[in-house]
Amino acid sequence: MKNRTFIGFVGPSLFLMALFIAGPLFSVVWQSLHVTQPVYIQVETEVCTPGFLSQKCTKETQTQPKLDENGKIITETKFSGFESYRALLKPELIFKHISERNWLGLTNIDFYKALRFTLTFTLITLPIVLVLGLMIALCINQALQSLRGPIIFVSLLPFVITPVIGALSIRWLFVGDGILSILLEWLLKREIALFAQGWTIEILMMSYRVWHVAPFAFIVFYAGLQTVNRDSLESAIVDGATRWQRLQLVILPHLSPLILFVSIIHLMDSYRVFEEVIGFRSEAHVISLQWLTYDLLTPDDTGNRLISRASASSMLTMIGIIFLLFFPLSRSWREHKLRRSG
Amino acid sequence: MKKFLIIASALTALFTSSAVSFAACNFTPSSKLTLLANSYAAWKAVSDAMGECGNFEAELDAEFRKKQPDAFAANPSLYQLGGISNSTIQPLLSAGTIRALDDLVAKYGQDLQPNQLIRINGQIMAIAMSVNNQHLMYREDVLNSLGITVPQTYYELLSAVDKIAASGQVDYAFGGTYKAGWNLAEEFVNMYLGMGGQFFKGTQPNVNNVMGIRTLEMMRNLTHYMDPEYLVADSTYVQQQFQQGKIAMANLWATRAAAMDDQKESQVVGKVKMAAAPYPVTGALPASTLWWDGVVLAKNMTDQQADEAFQLLMEGIDKEMVSENNDLAVWLINGYEPGPMAKGAAETAENGAVPYPNGMEMGLMHTALGNNIADFLTGKETADQTLKDIEAEYKTAAKEKGLL
Repeated sequence: MKNRTFIGFVGPSLFLMALFIAGPLFSVVWQSLHVTQPVYIQVETEVCTPGFLSQKCTKETQTQPKLDENGKIITETKFSGFESYRALLKPELIFKHISERNWLGLTNIDFYKALRFTLTFTLITLPIVLVLGLMIALCINQALQSLRGPIIFVSLLPFVITPVIGALSIRWLFVGDGILSILLEWLLKREIALFAQGWTIEILMMSYRVWHVAPFAFIVFYAGLQTVNRDSLESAIVDGATRWQRLQLVILPHLSPLILFVSIIHLMDSYRVFEEVIGFRSEAHVISLQWLTYDLLTPDDTGNRLISRASASSMLTMIGIIFLLFFPLSRSWREHKLRRSG
Repeated sequence: MKKFLIIASALTALFTSSAVSFAACNFTPSSKLTLLANSYAAWKAVSDAMGECGNFEAELDAEFRKKQPDAFAANPSLYQLGGISNSTIQPLLSAGTIRALDDLVAKYGQDLQPNQLIRINGQIMAIAMSVNNQHLMYREDVLNSLGITVPQTYYELLSAVDKIAASGQVDYAFGGTYKAGWNLAEEFVNMYLGMGGQFFKGTQPNVNNVMGIRTLEMMRNLTHYMDPEYLVADSTYVQQQFQQGKIAMANLWATRAAAMDDQKESQVVGKVKMAAAPYPVTGALPASTLWWDGVVLAKNMTDQQADEAFQLLMEGIDKEMVSENNDLAVWLINGYEPGPMAKGAAETAENGAVPYPNGMEMGLMHTALGNNIADFLTGKETADQTLKDIEAEYKTAAKEKGLL
């Protein structure tokens, strides 16, 4: 292809990527290294609260942002270096807690609390999603041709549901006297409060995530199963290979690029776990990295938002994803090179 | 043809019915006006009354506080009217996005009570419509059957809930709005201020002291009598627990009182009575803070729009609306007759409960409280460590905001 034609084809998408990916990314990096603060003035203010018959007025000194002649808040932006990262990571406390072997103290720092949950959530759900997806795919592959369509449709439904809505419905099934917790109480003959402690909420969140994304793994694997070489399978049968041996030696090697693909997508998605925290209202017990960013960005009653720390937190989340993806990606790169040279 | 007739008759019905409801109003706004406010019964009543004039749309959203500052900063403002409370008016005031109402009050505000005019540095910036606070609600039948008098202090309350729990009359003796975050922090604020605590010493945070520890311990003692899932319980959750007869007592917002006698929802109609918020210790202040709800007008709109928005507001908070919705809130509006439902809120205020503290510093403090108290209640941290964490989180945030 001629250079000009190549640029003609690739140019528009490069432009859009720069605009919508590189641009925002750069702005987040920049914001995480700077703080923007209003210029404050101390104002003596008389504030009145209505009572039942009269008002209660108090004079107090309030800190207020200074406004310019157009009525806009005057702000100044300063370079703050890695201050926002330090405020999140609290390096001075890590060393203290680690040297004292105080793990509880470490997980009481918001960032590590969130990191602990995010990592367990990601790494525990990954194998379950892979195995479950593969099992559903293998089962449906064995089902009668006429039944496959309806079964596939039904199995895909969880994936179609909006994550927050799904999480909310599961919460309503289990919270307080929800029907499923009543059923569990009846079965186990004891009081059950699934939202009273962290570990039960974590199990609910993971089960929900597996239920939600297993259909994705299933549909990818099912597509892969349609392309398994019939000849190799038949010759394996002729050679007397058991069902398990056929799966292990023929089907799985054939599916391995897809397994890698599903793993990578799942790692990226579940490292950004967020909907579950909101849907299950779990913030008292477990929080995730993405929720931490959200919490810092949410304005309080008086309108304060912590944008610099939120940017730092989302940068750290991105670095975490890159780190997690490094191993599967470098493995596939090595295999790719091996295949080329071989 | 048949279809056409149906549509035509439906349209006629629509127009006649709206003509009837327009009649309750003296005018119709010439351009569409909108209101953004919190979502509960009192706001529904006020916005419905405003809607009778037509050409008006209300957006009632419990998350209004996240939208309002930015929506009002837009030019023209995305909403002409805003429903606020004493705390959510702060960002609008400091960003200067709401207008002074003195001239409009002089022109149309003859029916307003002096009490309703919220003056900031001499200028009227908001029109208050109701007051609100958290106070004690209790099941009279349960207390009577056990011979318990209405608790005045939290120590009496603890012994009362202990007896109720032992009697097994309800699932959980006590209910609390302990949802982690804003609600949980508000419970701390109530108790800590009731004990006479101060959140700041100069510019420095000040919760790590005896009163802070006592507040946390009292909160934990109360949780022993609550539904074990208290950390997800917001006001609506507790209200429903009351309505379904699962709890016998709670410190709940005055705006939720009317729901106890709502025939459509409540199974305990007539059994829930109101009392003042108890004192943390004898001789202290009631463990509650005073709030008010009101309406502001955006600065970024034309004077014509502001004129009409204010008239519309006067229609929304008039005598008629109050007489139809008397018990939905503790109204400040002329014509309100305090009923038994307002008893708790009124006594709490009379007993000297303080207004919720103002200022940006308090916003950051509230967030720090809401994010850390759960660790103490679930036993992950000591009271001392929790209070240290709260002060540290406050300092980090205040530094980032340039307040320290």
